[in-house]
Amino acid sequence: MTGAILSTHGLVARYGDFQALYGIDFQIAEGEAVALIGANGAGKSTFLRAVMGLLPVAPDMVRMGGQPIGGTPADRMVQKGVAIVPEGRRLFSGMSVQDNLRVAVDQADRLGRKGGWSLARLHQLFPILKEKARTPVQSLSGGQQQMVSIGRALLCQPRVLLCDEISLGLAPRVIREIYAALPEVRAQGTSVVLVEQDVGLAQSASDRLYCMLEGRVTLTGPSDSVTRDEISKAYFGGTHAVV
Amino acid sequence: MQWFDALIQGVLLGGMYAQYALGMALMFGVMKIVNVSHGDLVILLSLVGISLAASLGLGPFTVMAALVPLAVGLGWLLQRTILNRVVGDDPLPSLIATFGLSLALQNLMMQIWSANSRSLPGGGIESRSIQIGGIYIGLLPVIVLVFAIALTWGLDMMLKRTRFGRALRAAASDVEAASMTGINPRTVYASATAIAVGILGFAAVFQSLRSTVAPADGGAQLIYAFEAVIIGGMGSVWGAFLGAMVLGVAQAVGFRIDPGLGVLAGHIVFLLVLATRPQGLFGRA
Repeated sequence: MTGAILSTHGLVARYGDFQALYGIDFQIAEGEAVALIGANGAGKSTFLRAVMGLLPVAPDMVRMGGQPIGGTPADRMVQKGVAIVPEGRRLFSGMSVQDNLRVAVDQADRLGRKGGWSLARLHQLFPILKEKARTPVQSLSGGQQQMVSIGRALLCQPRVLLCDEISLGLAPRVIREIYAALPEVRAQGTSVVLVEQDVGLAQSASDRLYCMLEGRVTLTGPSDSVTRDEISKAYFGGTHAVV
Repeated sequence: MQWFDALIQGVLLGGMYAQYALGMALMFGVMKIVNVSHGDLVILLSLVGISLAASLGLGPFTVMAALVPLAVGLGWLLQRTILNRVVGDDPLPSLIATFGLSLALQNLMMQIWSANSRSLPGGGIESRSIQIGGIYIGLLPVIVLVFAIALTWGLDMMLKRTRFGRALRAAASDVEAASMTGINPRTVYASATAIAVGILGFAAVFQSLRSTVAPADGGAQLIYAFEAVIIGGMGSVWGAFLGAMVLGVAQAVGFRIDPGLGVLAGHIVFLLVLATRPQGLFGRA
């Protein structure tokens, strides 16, 4: 692919002595949605953390617009236009919905990030966040918390949005509501990397997918043309069926 | 009447302790650092203030105007050069580092100012009092209390209403998630310590006006700050203020019962709170 906005080249990541990623090559174009699927422990979240600068990696292993940015601290990754919806939402407990979102607005202003996302626009996307503006985030439902987490990342005005298991633990209706917002995000030209365990959901929401197994990419291709059988082999490393 | 008088004197004393405690509560709330050198920083700033007053002939509030920016700079430098290297999930490295700093500061102060006690001349403000009913109220303790209320209110407003305050609260809640929104934790930490030590600039002037200070006195100030923060609830600004009031009143009542019992009464209240409500009187469980 030419014109990748973000790419990784032989990305290796470790937790102490434990090697979690073994040379991941990945790329995503502007406005593209790419899904990263795989079983628990495949290295999907580690991949996002490594890209986001939350794990030490060599500069050349992550590139943005061709420039080496691997190992850049997370706060400077935001400045470069990468934002993350982290696993477990990681909201600022004790602060209201509004204040959680304002933190991102404040920092985007400070860092000079310009973009199409504002609090008003976010309230159009997720109207419940306006209703619950003064509610402490810990009092929200899981789905509402996920909306705050997505909103907080969008207000960083990202060019690349990394989403780590945004459907985890949510009711199907809420998952549909959250995924329905993705086309509008992409319409801004924002590229989206979706880490998902739900293969069907990942395929329907992305242009391409990567399947990971034990820290390695085992399959990559257009989401609408890879077969269930190919995914099954790549996902489990065997001949199991994908449910 | 004597118990009402004890209550009033205790609240006024609490104003001094609140100024020690605010910075400690802020540093603990944001970084989970218990700064063992907190009391020594008060004494260092007091001695610098006394020297400034003596050499340049400055009045106490001019000394304060010079000392607070100096304290802010000292706090920033302290965080950037030492504490940012040891802050993290494990509280032990920062505890050891600030303990080491405490020892180093005491020895440094001893070298520069000797072990002698000194005080800041206040031009009579320190001995003036007003009589209301049958109670004498010192002017300086009232000023100290007013400053304590203003500092607590200002800090609370800053935390709730400003961009920097939101960044501080975000970093206090989850520093990694805060960095994911663009907050630079090292800068936020340095600013928090700058504010914490800056508040000690006010406390240092009042401390050296109301009594004498000597290089070895930091331990006592640290204990009072620590007790006020624990009684009120760690990491809460108004909790620290109210904890300081409780500590001040406990000591004043103790003094009324027996002059030797004052400080001990404060320690007993501290231990009772620690044993029965470890999250503090005004903290959440």
